[in-house]
Amino acid sequence: MTKRWIMIADLRRCVGCQTCTAACKHTNATPPEVQWRRVLDMEVGEYPEVKRVFVPVGCMHCADPPCMHVCPSTATRKRADGIVTIDYDLCIGCGYCAVACPYQARYKIDKPSFAYGDAPMENEAKTFDWKRIGVATKCTFCSDRVDAGLAKGLTPGVDPEATPACVNSCIAGALHFGDREDPESNVSRLLEENEHFRMHEELGTDPGFYYLWDKAAKEGYERGGGVR
Amino acid sequence: MSYGPRPWLQLHWDQRAALNFIFGGTGGGFILLSAIVALPPRVGEAAMLLGLALVAAGLASVWMEIGRKLRAVHVFFNPFTSWMTRESFVAALLFGCGLAAIVLESPRFAAGAAVAALGFVYSQGRILRASKGIPAWREPTITWLIFWTAIAEGAGLFLIFSALAGLGIPTVAGGTLALAVVARGVAWSVYRGRVSADLAPQARAVLEPAGKQLYQLGAIVPLALLLTGGAIDAFAPGAAVLAGIAALAAGWRFKFVLVVRASFNQGFSLPRVPVRGGK
Repeated sequence: MTKRWIMIADLRRCVGCQTCTAACKHTNATPPEVQWRRVLDMEVGEYPEVKRVFVPVGCMHCADPPCMHVCPSTATRKRADGIVTIDYDLCIGCGYCAVACPYQARYKIDKPSFAYGDAPMENEAKTFDWKRIGVATKCTFCSDRVDAGLAKGLTPGVDPEATPACVNSCIAGALHFGDREDPESNVSRLLEENEHFRMHEELGTDPGFYYLWDKAAKEGYERGGGVR
Repeated sequence: MSYGPRPWLQLHWDQRAALNFIFGGTGGGFILLSAIVALPPRVGEAAMLLGLALVAAGLASVWMEIGRKLRAVHVFFNPFTSWMTRESFVAALLFGCGLAAIVLESPRFAAGAAVAALGFVYSQGRILRASKGIPAWREPTITWLIFWTAIAEGAGLFLIFSALAGLGIPTVAGGTLALAVVARGVAWSVYRGRVSADLAPQARAVLEPAGKQLYQLGAIVPLALLLTGGAIDAFAPGAAVLAGIAALAAGWRFKFVLVVRASFNQGFSLPRVPVRGGK
């Protein structure tokens, strides 16, 4: 059966601790200023109805990704399971994908960059990859972990070994990962039980990243109060 | 680092990318004019060479911006969906036909180069249109705004070239410039009406003055100069040169602003805020 891996962020639970950001950087060895998973700190509303909202963002792994359509080198592709990938050996670093992405999810570093000056720390030296210099990079949904986990018969989103690092690290249980095509999956249930939206849906990219904001309205019940 | 929902200026494409739109558009428009205006031998070849040199300068400029310069040939890999690839193919065709027209002194190849030049400037418009992350670029009518800007620039440069080459003012070139600056003004008006609400205030603040110049410096001034030159023969060469300069300057400024200064993204939207707790 076809799968579509998606991620969910429960905005009611996210506390903005940035552990997901740190876990992503640790797992993927991204250089300073590159955050494949970052958490926005937003203040919304007007006094006295003001709320602070933490919003995890990154590559939305769109079903109709504009970054893939514009890519002149075919470096950006979409797998059958919905994960959008970049082939670092094909990418020419033109930056077209970066301006085509409505989610500012892409990064391009033109020279090596380390946490403390020009010299890498020991761990940075071990994980440094020249292939990532001068090309576009972005969140991979930890596709290597997903693939390795599946090969072992594990379930991504349920078994930590097969689940993206950011989801594993979330201290508040705000991030979830799973198969949208499986009606019994964790993410399908969450979407069934909760009100949700996707970022910039009007652009028609069909993003694979959902945000939960309230319990689903049920007959005879009203939604909880709050600023809308 | 924390980002709010406010848009910020993209930095992936800078003045090097803008120069591709500026030189490429002008060169494309100029090649079109040099193919449709009957030019004496040598002059025609020189005009074609100048047009190709402009397009090449634009492509060289954008080549300076890519991260992996030695892999530039990979730009040809995705003709199925990428307008950047299509632009590259059309550029190859343009250079092939243009160089053949110069070497063989062939009007047919010159005509082929003109068609390719039209394809090239159209592709440039589509490149911007496909950039969904930038509201000022993704508006569909940007295609025709870029297209007519290129034709106006090319016609403007052609008038300057004609005057300097002692060819007088070819009627076709003057007419094309008049048509193109009017079409560009109309395209700007339509584009502005459709994109304005989607733009970040900072983008609107820089785009509006540049667009206004497409009317004033880019259309009214060239039309007035062309009419003056048509009415008073003694003024004709100077007026044509000034009209060309005005059309060029307005177009170049607009493209620079569009690519470098007005290219704000749309930030992040939050159509709903979380409902915490509950009744």
